[in-house]
Amino acid sequence: MRKKKGKHPADGFSRRDFLKGASMAVSTGLLAAPEAVAAAPEHSPGVLGPGAIPISLQVNGKAHSLKVEPRVTLLDALRNHLDLTGAKKVCDRGVCGACTVIMDGHPVYACNVLAIEAEGHRIETIEALGTADNLHPVMAAFVEHDAQQCGFCTPGFVVACKAFLDKHPNPTMKDVEHGLGGNLCRCGTYAGVREAVLEAAKTLKGGRANG
Amino acid sequence: MDKCKYDWPAAGERSLIGKRIKRIDGPAKSSGSAKYTYDMNPPGLLIGKIYRSPYAHAKITAIDTSEAEKLPGVKAVQVILGVGKETNWVGDEIIALAAESEEIAEDALRKIKVEFEELPHLVLEENLEQAGSYAKKAGAKTAGDPAKAFSDPDVVISEGYYGIAAITHCCLEAHGNVAEWTGEKLLTYSSTQNVPGLPGQIGQGLREQKVDVADKNIETICNYVGGGFGSKFGPDEWGIHVAQLAKTAGKPVKLMLDRNMELEAAGARPSSYAQVKVAAKKDGTLVAWESQSWGTGGPAGTGMPPLPYVLEIPNSSTQHTSISTNTGPARAWRAPNHPQAAVLTMCALEDLAAKLEMDPIEFFSKNADLAAAGRGKVYKEELQIAAELADWKKNWHPRGDKTPGHIKRGMGVSMHTWGGRGHNGMCMVSIHPDGSVEATTGTQDLGTGTRTVIAVVAAETFGLPVEAITVNIGDSKFPPDGASGGSTTVGAVSATTRRASVDALDQLLAVVAPSLGVPADQLVAVGGNIQAKDDASKKMTWKEACAKLQVKTIQAMGKNPDASKCKLGDSGVGGVQIADVSVDTETGLIKINRMVAAQDCGLIIDMKTAESTCYGALIMGITYSLFEEKIMDQITGRMLNNNMEFYKLAGIGDIGELVVHMMTGPGYDERGTIGLGEPPVVSPGAAISNAVANAIGVRVPTLPLTPDKVLAALAKGGVA
Repeated sequence: MRKKKGKHPADGFSRRDFLKGASMAVSTGLLAAPEAVAAAPEHSPGVLGPGAIPISLQVNGKAHSLKVEPRVTLLDALRNHLDLTGAKKVCDRGVCGACTVIMDGHPVYACNVLAIEAEGHRIETIEALGTADNLHPVMAAFVEHDAQQCGFCTPGFVVACKAFLDKHPNPTMKDVEHGLGGNLCRCGTYAGVREAVLEAAKTLKGGRANG
Repeated sequence: MDKCKYDWPAAGERSLIGKRIKRIDGPAKSSGSAKYTYDMNPPGLLIGKIYRSPYAHAKITAIDTSEAEKLPGVKAVQVILGVGKETNWVGDEIIALAAESEEIAEDALRKIKVEFEELPHLVLEENLEQAGSYAKKAGAKTAGDPAKAFSDPDVVISEGYYGIAAITHCCLEAHGNVAEWTGEKLLTYSSTQNVPGLPGQIGQGLREQKVDVADKNIETICNYVGGGFGSKFGPDEWGIHVAQLAKTAGKPVKLMLDRNMELEAAGARPSSYAQVKVAAKKDGTLVAWESQSWGTGGPAGTGMPPLPYVLEIPNSSTQHTSISTNTGPARAWRAPNHPQAAVLTMCALEDLAAKLEMDPIEFFSKNADLAAAGRGKVYKEELQIAAELADWKKNWHPRGDKTPGHIKRGMGVSMHTWGGRGHNGMCMVSIHPDGSVEATTGTQDLGTGTRTVIAVVAAETFGLPVEAITVNIGDSKFPPDGASGGSTTVGAVSATTRRASVDALDQLLAVVAPSLGVPADQLVAVGGNIQAKDDASKKMTWKEACAKLQVKTIQAMGKNPDASKCKLGDSGVGGVQIADVSVDTETGLIKINRMVAAQDCGLIIDMKTAESTCYGALIMGITYSLFEEKIMDQITGRMLNNNMEFYKLAGIGDIGELVVHMMTGPGYDERGTIGLGEPPVVSPGAAISNAVANAIGVRVPTLPLTPDKVLAALAKGGVA
C-alpha cells in the first residue's frame, strides 16, 4: 500500500494511485483522497472530543449544524445525521468506492474522511446531482446502458464517474478503466459502466458546447 | 398443440417481449433515491451490534455484560449463545445489543467480557490426509463398469488433481434488518431474497425466544436489496435478535453486519477438490470417469458436486468426502455446487483432449450427446457460435503457446447446465377506472430485473407502454411469490403476471364489448387501444375503455402453476463459455483478453437485463477465477482477508472484452421462460483455467489462479 503525497497528480487521472504494472490484477483502489485527509481542520490544535462536538457541514449547497464525536466519519455523518443515504457503507475502509462523494470538486471516499475534517469544505453527494425524475446525464447513461443490477454500488459509481468526467471530458476506454478503478461492483456491471461513461462524456460535451 | 389463452404471443405479435427494455427501477438506483434496508432511518432508531466469537471453536465459560449495560445510551443487551455453549467459527454470534448510536454500540461491545475454553479446530481442508476425524464419507455412486472401461488397452487415460477454494458472497449491502414494533405488530425492513418467507421464520424464531408474536402481525419489506447471490434466504440469528432488541428497547433497531462479519460468517461457497481419472477412445469418445472429491462448507461439511458434470459418461465411479471445518457455514452461492463441478470436470476433460491432441471444441462437440435430456444439439450449436465469436480457429493453438516472449496467450472452453423452472407464486393485476394498471406480487428484485419483467409482461398483454404499469413488489403482505433462488423468479413472475393480465383483460373486454358492438372474444388490446380484431376502426383508447368500469376496479389473480395446460415456462438450460487470456510467465499475472458466453434460457422477456445478467456472471466468474478465496489461518482459526482490501473483487480494468450471445428463436422461444441467474456464472472458472493451461502448457490445479500458483505450475513444466 502506497500513498500518493501532495495534491492530485499532474495528469489528474484519479485519486487512486495504481501500481501501473499490476493494475490488471490489482483492483483494490487503495487510496481515497489523501489530499482530503491531509486538509487541515479549522479547529485549533489540541484534542477534540471524545464527546460530541458541534460542527457545520456544507452539503449540497446548504449549511448543516450537527454534533458528532470526532471519530465519526463523513459517511456516517451524512447517512446517520443528515439522512443522506445515497452514499453507501460497504467496506468502511477506503477500498470499494460505494461511499464516494465530491469534496471541493474532488472525489473522496466518505468513509475515509472524518466529519470534523470535512468542516469548511464543500461537499456534494449523489442527491445533489439529480433525481429519479430529473436524471443527471451520467445517471441517464447508467440507466440507458444498464450499468446497474442490485444498484448498491451505483450511486458511488455515478459520483465517481461525474467527478472523473469533470477532469477528463474526452476519456478513452483505457482512461475509464484506470480512472474508475477505485469503485467495486459485486453483480458485475462494469460492462455497462464502461459504455455509460463514454456516452455520458459525449452528452456532457454536447451540453457544454450548446452553452 | 392447441392454442391456450395464456400462451405467450407468437414471435410476430410481440411488441415488447424480447426487446431491450430499460430497467424500470434504473432511475431510482442510479440517482441514489432507492432505499435499501441499510438506508432506513425511522425516528428514534437504535443501532444494533453483535459480539462475536474470536475463536474458531471454543466453549463459553463466563459472560459479563454488566459494564456494557451500564454504559449511557445502551438500551438492550441480550445473550444469543450462553455459558456452556460452543462457538463453531470465528464470528459466531454470542451477544446482541442496541444503543443510541453506532459509536456507543461499538463502545458497549468493548465492555463485554466473555471467557472461553478453547477447543481444537480445523479450518483448512485442501489436505485431505490432515482432516482426520473431521472427514466423513459422503456418498459414492457407480454407473456401468468403470474398471473394465479403464482397462481397455485402446483407451487414452488422463489423471489429474483439480480444485476450487471456498469463497464468500460479499454482498455489497451487508446482511441485516431494521425491526420496529407498533403494539403487537412487527415491521421488518430486511435485506433478503425471501420476502414472502421471512415473517414465518422470524415469528418462529421469536417464539423460540419466548417473544409472543403471531405471524399475521409480522410484515417484511424489501424494496431494494444490495446483493444476495444465495446468502439471504433466512432471517439468521441477527434477524431474530434485532426484533427482540427492538421489543426490549421499545424503539426501532437497525442491525447491519460489519464487513468483517459479513465475510467471515454471512456467506460462503463450499470448496471442492478432486483426484480425477478420465478415459476416451483415440477418436475422443468419452468412456470412463473416476473421481475422489472432497471439500468443506463449514461445520456441516458439503455434499458431492454433480460429477461428472453435464456429460453422462457411460462408465463412472464417484466418491465424495465431506469435511467439517470451523469456518462460517456454507450458504447457497449462485448455482450451488455447479461452478465446482464445472472446474473438476471440464478441466479434467480438457487435459484429456490435450493428451489426445484434439481441439477442445471438436472434443466437446463430439461428446455433447452425452448431455442429459437430449440437450446435445443445443450444446453443439452453442459450441459453434461461441467458437465463432471468440475467433477460436484463428486464436486456438495446441497446448503451450510457442511464440517467443514471456506473454503467452491461450483459449479455453467450458459447458454448464441448470434447471430454472418458475417457483410457485401469485400475482394480482388491477385495472383501475382511470386507466392505471398495477401488478402486485410479494416477490423481490435482486437486481436481475424482476420488476422490469413484470412490467413488460403486463404491458405486452394490455398493449400498453412499459411505463403504464405500476409494479408493487417487496412486501410480505402482497400475494405471495417465492424466494428468489435457483433462477426460479422470472419463470414464476412472468407466468403469474401473464395469467392475471389475460384474465383481467378478459374482464375489461367484456365490459366494453357492448359499447363497441363487437363480441368480447373478437376484441384485442393493442397499441394503447381496445379494438376489433378484424376492424381497426371499431376501437376506443385504453383510458376510454377503463372509464367504462365507472367506479369498479378489475382485479385478477394469476397463479403458478395453475390448472390450465398452458405452457408458459420450462426447466433445463445449457451454456458454453470461452475464455481468451494472456499469462505473463515472469510475474504469473493473468490478463483476461475476452470472455464469450453463448446461453439459452427459453423465451427472453427483456433482452437488456438478460444480457446484463450474463455480463455480470462473466465478471463474477473472472473474480472467483483470479482473486477470490477465504484465506484461513490454521493456527488462529481466523480468516486473514476479512475485509475488501484483501478479499479482492475484480475492478473495471480486470475484465477484458465481454461477448454475450443469447440463444433465441425457433427451438428456444417456444419453451417459455426459464431462469437465467445461475447458469452463466458456472463456466468461467473452468474456461479460464483451461485457457491458462492452453497458454502456458501446464495445468494450474486450483482456483483462484493467483500468480504464485501460476509460477509454481510453471516451475514444474510448461512453456517458460
